[in-house]
Amino acid sequence: MSILLDEDTRIVVQGFGRAGAFHAQQCKDYGAKIVGAVHPGKGGGEKDGTPIFNTMREAVDAVRPAASIVFVPAAGAADAIIEAADGGLELVVCITEGIPAQDLVKVSFALRGSETRLIGPNCPGLISPGKSKLGIMPGYIHKQGNVGVVSRSGTLTYEAVGQLSVLGIGQSTCVGIGGDPIIGTNFIDVLDLFNEDPDTHAVIMIGEIGGTAEEEAAAFIKEHFTKPVAAFIAGRTAPPGRRMGHAGAIISGGKGTASEKVAALEDAGIAVAPTPADMGATLAGLI
Amino acid sequence: MKIHEYQAKGVLRRYNVPVPRGEVAFSPDEARRVAGTLGGRVVVKAQIHAGGRGKGGGVKLADNPEQAARLAEQIIGMTLVTHQTGPEGRLVKRVLVEETLPIDRELYLGIVLDRKLERPVLMASSEGGMDIEEVAAKTPELILKETIEPGIGLMPHQARRLAFGMGLEGEAVKGIVNAMLALAKAYEATDANLLEINPFVITTDERAVALDAKMDFDDNGLFRHPDLIELRDLDEEDPLETDASNFNLNYIKLDGNVGCMVNGAGLAMATMDIIQHAGGRPANFLDVGGGANAEQIKNGFRIILSDANVKAILINIFGGILRVDVLAAGVVAAARELDIQVPIVLRLEGTKVDEGKRILQESGMNFTVAANMKEAAEKVVALAS
Repeated sequence: MSILLDEDTRIVVQGFGRAGAFHAQQCKDYGAKIVGAVHPGKGGGEKDGTPIFNTMREAVDAVRPAASIVFVPAAGAADAIIEAADGGLELVVCITEGIPAQDLVKVSFALRGSETRLIGPNCPGLISPGKSKLGIMPGYIHKQGNVGVVSRSGTLTYEAVGQLSVLGIGQSTCVGIGGDPIIGTNFIDVLDLFNEDPDTHAVIMIGEIGGTAEEEAAAFIKEHFTKPVAAFIAGRTAPPGRRMGHAGAIISGGKGTASEKVAALEDAGIAVAPTPADMGATLAGLI
Repeated sequence: MKIHEYQAKGVLRRYNVPVPRGEVAFSPDEARRVAGTLGGRVVVKAQIHAGGRGKGGGVKLADNPEQAARLAEQIIGMTLVTHQTGPEGRLVKRVLVEETLPIDRELYLGIVLDRKLERPVLMASSEGGMDIEEVAAKTPELILKETIEPGIGLMPHQARRLAFGMGLEGEAVKGIVNAMLALAKAYEATDANLLEINPFVITTDERAVALDAKMDFDDNGLFRHPDLIELRDLDEEDPLETDASNFNLNYIKLDGNVGCMVNGAGLAMATMDIIQHAGGRPANFLDVGGGANAEQIKNGFRIILSDANVKAILINIFGGILRVDVLAAGVVAAARELDIQVPIVLRLEGTKVDEGKRILQESGMNFTVAANMKEAAEKVVALAS
C-alpha cells in the first residue's frame, strides 16, 4: 500500500502551460492517471490525449478527478487551490513557488473544515513508487518499498531517496510538504498517515531551520508514532535573520535553529543523521 | 523587503495611523529647514535598516534648527554600529527629523504572521521601548495576542481587549484602538511580513502615537505593490546579493572560503553543512533554483568569484529530470569564458550523468568530479586549504 496516492488516483492538472504540460507527461509516463487539465480559455481542446476544461467544475463533471496538481503561476495559485476545493477534490498538490503569504492565509481559511487536503505549496509533490507520481521529482531514482519519506525540501529529498534506493531500501510514499511558512499538510499529518499504513515500516523525515514544525513532529512521534524514524535537519550553518531560499527557512528572534530541532528529535528517540550524506545509512541502521 | 523608518511612517500615514510630524533629510541644510518648519525641540534619527540606533549614537535631540543641522552633519556619513548591523556597521546617508512628544507611557505593538495559527497576529505589550524578544523570554505573560482573520480583519473588541489588558484607560483607549485597527489594515493592504511599532506611545495629553515604525514586506507579494518596490534602498543590501537577485539567484554571502553552487534551497543549506562537517567553512549560500540553466551557472560563478576569500568551489546539482550533459557543457563554457582559476569540485546527478562526466574530463580544465556529497565536501575542503 501507500498513502494519499496510487495507480487508481484520477488526476487533473491545473495550469496546463509549458511546465504543467511537461510535468504532466512525465507523471503519465510514470503511471499516473492524468484524466484532464484545467486551463481557463483553453477549454474544449486537448493536448497529447488530455482533455482541457475552462473550470474545475466542468472537469469534475466530465472526468471525476480525486486529485489535482497545480502549476498555476504564483499570482493565481491560491485561487486555483480554492477552486479545486470547491470542486470537492480530495487532494490538491501545489507545486507553485512564491505565493504571497496572505494568499495562503486565505487558502487556510477557505480550506478549514473542508474535505480537501492541500500538499504544498512550494513543494515537489508526492510519489508512490511503482504506482503513481503527482509531482516534479525524477521518477527513476525511486524504488518501491516500505520506507515513508516526508520533507520540507525538494532536491534534498531526491538526495535522501537516491541514498535509500542505492542501499536497496524502497519507499512506500515520498511526500514533499513544501518550504513555505504556511503549508497545507504538515509533518504530523503525514506521520499520522504513515502510522496507519501497514506497508510503511519506517520513516525518514527531512526538516530545516525556521518555525517549530520539527519540534511538534518530535513530540507527536514520542507520544504516538510506533515505527522507527530517522531524520535530518538542514541549516546548521545558516546565519540568523536570513531567509535561506525557502520563504519558511529563517531563524527569527533566535528561534527555529537547527540545534533546537536536532535536540527535540533526539529527545524523542529519533536517529538524526549527522550529515546529509548519512541520511540513507541512518535509516538503514534502524531496520 | 525592508524599508526605512521614515518610509514606513509615510506608508502608515496613508492608513491613518497617527505618527509624529517629520520629514527625511539628506543633508544638514535639509535638516535645518525641516526643524525650522516643525518648530520647537526635534529629534534627529539615523535611517538605516537596523535596530538599536539610539544606543549606537544615531538618535539625538536638538533644541533649535541650527543644532539639528549640526547633529545631522555628525550623523550623516557616520558608520553606525548596533547589535543588528554586525561589527562592520552601516553607513548613514539620511536622517529623519521629527517633532518630540511629551511621553507618558511606552508600549509595544507588532503584527507578524503566526506560522502555527496560519494567521497574522497582533501582539501588544505594556513593556514598550525594550527588546521584545527579551520581554517574551523573561515575562511572556506581558505579551498579549489577538488573531486577525482574513476577510474580517481585526475587530474593535479585540483591540479593546489589548488596550485594557495593557492597563490603559480613558481617551488613550480610544486612540490606541483606532491605531491598532489602522495598523491591521496597513499590514494586510501592503502584504507586510512584519509591522512593528516599538515604542508606541501614549502622550501626557492622552494621544496615541506610533513613535517608531519598522516594516518588512513579503517579497512574494511585491508584484502587487509597484509603489512599495520604489522604496527599496540598494545601499542597505549587499551588492553581491542584489546582483544575484537580478538573475533569479538566491545568494547569501558568508565568511568562509569554500564557494558553493547548488540547485534547491534545502540541498544548498545541507551542502553548506557538510562543508563545515568536513572541516571547511562555506563562503556563501547559493540556490540556482530547482532547474539550473547555463546562464544561471555562469552568473553564479561570477558572483561566487567576486568574493576574494573563495579558494575553491563546490557545485552540487541533483538534477533529476535535468540533463547532466547539458549542465556540464554549461559549466565548461562558463569556466572558460570567466577564465576561472580556482579548483572546482562537481557532484552531479541526473539523466545522462556519464556523458556529463565525460564532457568535464575531456575539457582539460581544473575539474574534480566526486561520486557523492561526502566525497565532494572532503575534496573541496582539501583544495581550499
